Amino acid sequence: MAKITLKNLAHSYLPNPSAEDDFALKEMTHDWRDGEAYALLGSSGCGKSTLLNIISGLLRPSHGRVLFDGRDVTDQATAERNIAQVFQFPVVYDTMTVRENLAFPLKNRGIAAAEIAERVQRVGRMIGMEATLNHKARGLTADAKQKISLGRGMVREDVNALLFDEPLTVIDPHMKWELRTQLKKLHQDFGHTMIYVTHDQTEALTFADRVVVMYDGRVVQIGTPQELFERPAHTFVGYFIGSPGMNLFDASIDGTKAQIAGTQFDLGTTYATNGGDTKIGVRPEYIRLAPKGLPARVTRVEDVGRHKIIRLELGGQEVSAIAGEGDTVPDGGTHVQFIEGGVNVYEDGWRVPSAKEKDAA
Amino acid sequence: MKTDNQKAWFLVLPVLVLVSFSAVIPLMTVVNYSVQDTFGNNVFFWAGLEWFDQMLRSERMWNALGRQLAFSSIILAIEVPLGVFVALNMPKKGVWASVCLVLMSLPLLIPWNVVGTIWQIFGRVDIGLLGYALDAIGIDYNYTQGFYAAWATVIVMDVWHWTSLVALLAYAGLQSIPDAYYQAAKIDQASRWAVFRYIELPKMLGVLMIAILLRFMDSFMIYTEPFVVTGGGPGNATTFLSIDLVKMALGQFDLGPAAAFSLMYFLVIMVISFVFYTVMTSLDKRDAK
Amino acid sequence: MTDATAQAPGASSLPEDLTAERNASRVGRRFGPSGSAVVMVLYLLFLMLPIYWLLNMSLKTNNEILGAFSLWPRNATLQNYVTILTDPSWYMGYVNSLIYVLMNTAISLTVALPAAYAFSRYNFMGDKHLFFWLLTNRMAPPAVFALPFFQLYSSVGLFDTHIAVALAHALFNVPLAVWILEGFMRGVPKEIDETAYIDGYSFGRFFVKIFMPLISSGIGVAAFFCFMFSWVELLLSRTLTSVDAKPIAATMTRTGGAGGIDWGVLAAAGVLTIIPGALVVFFVRNYIAKGFALGRV
Repeated sequence: MAKITLKNLAHSYLPNPSAEDDFALKEMTHDWRDGEAYALLGSSGCGKSTLLNIISGLLRPSHGRVLFDGRDVTDQATAERNIAQVFQFPVVYDTMTVRENLAFPLKNRGIAAAEIAERVQRVGRMIGMEATLNHKARGLTADAKQKISLGRGMVREDVNALLFDEPLTVIDPHMKWELRTQLKKLHQDFGHTMIYVTHDQTEALTFADRVVVMYDGRVVQIGTPQELFERPAHTFVGYFIGSPGMNLFDASIDGTKAQIAGTQFDLGTTYATNGGDTKIGVRPEYIRLAPKGLPARVTRVEDVGRHKIIRLELGGQEVSAIAGEGDTVPDGGTHVQFIEGGVNVYEDGWRVPSAKEKDAA
Repeated sequence: MKTDNQKAWFLVLPVLVLVSFSAVIPLMTVVNYSVQDTFGNNVFFWAGLEWFDQMLRSERMWNALGRQLAFSSIILAIEVPLGVFVALNMPKKGVWASVCLVLMSLPLLIPWNVVGTIWQIFGRVDIGLLGYALDAIGIDYNYTQGFYAAWATVIVMDVWHWTSLVALLAYAGLQSIPDAYYQAAKIDQASRWAVFRYIELPKMLGVLMIAILLRFMDSFMIYTEPFVVTGGGPGNATTFLSIDLVKMALGQFDLGPAAAFSLMYFLVIMVISFVFYTVMTSLDKRDAK
Repeated sequence: MTDATAQAPGASSLPEDLTAERNASRVGRRFGPSGSAVVMVLYLLFLMLPIYWLLNMSLKTNNEILGAFSLWPRNATLQNYVTILTDPSWYMGYVNSLIYVLMNTAISLTVALPAAYAFSRYNFMGDKHLFFWLLTNRMAPPAVFALPFFQLYSSVGLFDTHIAVALAHALFNVPLAVWILEGFMRGVPKEIDETAYIDGYSFGRFFVKIFMPLISSGIGVAAFFCFMFSWVELLLSRTLTSVDAKPIAATMTRTGGAGGIDWGVLAAAGVLTIIPGALVVFFVRNYIAKGFALGRV
């Protein structure tokens, strides 16, 4: 178990990167705490797998260092870093039995046979495959194989970190939930540092203590699920997390006043903007229909059981709002208001803290 | 899953007609010859199993069969490991991979008599690079005179001609292994040997069986290449089954014995190939699970 | 979004000293690139040397070949090639070979396609036995069939025609084509067939318009193998022809004249037989790896 430090880390697949766009991973410096479960969340191509492979040592970063507990491991090969990784598609050694699969990493490290047998038995029980230990790995179902891959990581008790690269892609939906629960339990019981790459926000939010959101080769926010929901640091986070995502309005801001689609309203506090492109982001949960406010028109209502999603048109833009199951929704023209505490101001994509927040800090 | 449908026979019919015309009628002719005798003038009479009996007692046939088995075993023992070894060392992608693929395919696309001609020239002491070089360093090399020289030439020629087929098949098997397997092996600290034994070899097994089957069948039927180079000599040293058969049927016009010989020859190939085929399909099934 | 992120924190701070901090690439650590390169160079050298030697000789006159030994032609000449390309008894050999090879490829694929479809999609009475029987023909030594073929085609008046050789080669190419195509077809989900039938396609239209494009690489591979095995075969093609359809390979076996063998012309003829194969392989180079797996990987 270890604290992972990324120091001025950047990576480019090109031999001589010059422009910003040449980098698959833009420069970043972060500390990842020992024993926490992190989820690396982002859409495909955002660099999350690149980052994971750099941490595991499968990829040598072109710039910067990787430190485990303050020790520089940048030049160490994967095997020397003592990490375990589970891949998107299950990797099992087909010709071996389940038992041999689990014993393989231990045998390669020259551990005594008795010790191996004991640990394999324990891991077999943990992943619920005690009964099939003597079966050939070939011919098992995808989720059983994925459990073996996981078990091969678990069997090495002293690993610095357990890394998961979208491990549940090939698993049936109902098994996904079960496996994720097991993972979470393993984390609670053993306290490994875990990093879990996914593009599925539900997976990320339910698994992780802290979610690392990546966009375009950059970490845009690291935070608890609640922080990501209430104070998205970047418009991408707001849009990517939540269902439906955050509504974004082009807005002009002047002191405590803001103007959206020609209607002015009061923000209640000031924001230190620098004349960039400003937007206001409001989650659907913080929009309610009201007799006055911003003029809007209801176009559609979707009832998803727990609540209703109201689709509105506001200043030529589609807006979503969430209303209670029992609320009545008027047809056609209406007005919307933002609930206090739900308004975030963005400048050039990044969140601007309000004067109140600054004072509090 | 497949469905039962007897109408599928209509789809198979063209193949059936064509192959029957090319296979069944000639085969019947062979069977016909094998049980008859003639004194010329197209007068045939029933000879029963006499020719089979005669051929089974014939030292000549057993010798040819022995040489054939020796040849096939030797080339399989060289070409399969060498082909796998080459495949493991081939570039995975990029320009060099294409260059290797194209150059390696070349020997496979040369007419077999030209393959013979190439080695016939290459091995000559007076005008061939190989023969000249061997002669220059003092090795007594003459493939038309020496027993070992003839065998070595025929074997090296076959290795030259066909190793690439094994290598390309093995390479195709290797290409189908996802990167994650190699990465997982690194994380598990697997040795190079373990990677080969537990990842690469299992993935290559299916195609390797095809390679062995093809190489066995084709080497067992080899005719043109050694015929061009050595003509079956010196003496009968490189007279393999096909060469002997053609000598008997077309050279001496011993139709009866040659036909009996043909049938037994065919049978041997079929039995051995059937074993390979059964193993192969059972492997296929195991993979499909 | 793009202009928004361009000014984001950290964006302007590209590592300053790009080259100094660039870490050495460690790609290829797995095998040790130099070892592999050495193996491949040695192997390719082994493959190319005899071919080079043939080329070398084809550019020499017979006198030079039999005179002094040299690693490359001292007085390079194209005379041997001129001899071949101006003499109909030579160049017609190439034309004849190409004709029956192409005929064989077309025939083999035409009959093999529906049969492979039947084997890959349906169970029918005797299917397993039929499949194995087909494969046994791939195992039939051409030497066994040489004489009966000669008699069969003579009796039906096809002796010394291109179609005779094409049909004879179908004996081993059709089973191979069925085998390869069946492997590729197995990889196409059956749902596609069913969807097409529901959409009102007839079998023929579905097969040509939808199914064949899906397995086009398989068809290419099968065609490649048919071409290859028909092009390289000599025993049957020589037995079944005498003048009109005589293949180049057979022409080459008669280069010995009164003054001994003309090695230069023989070498040039050999080089010319390599060219069609080299052309074909160049065009399919990107499919070779997949092709040699016969669709089974």
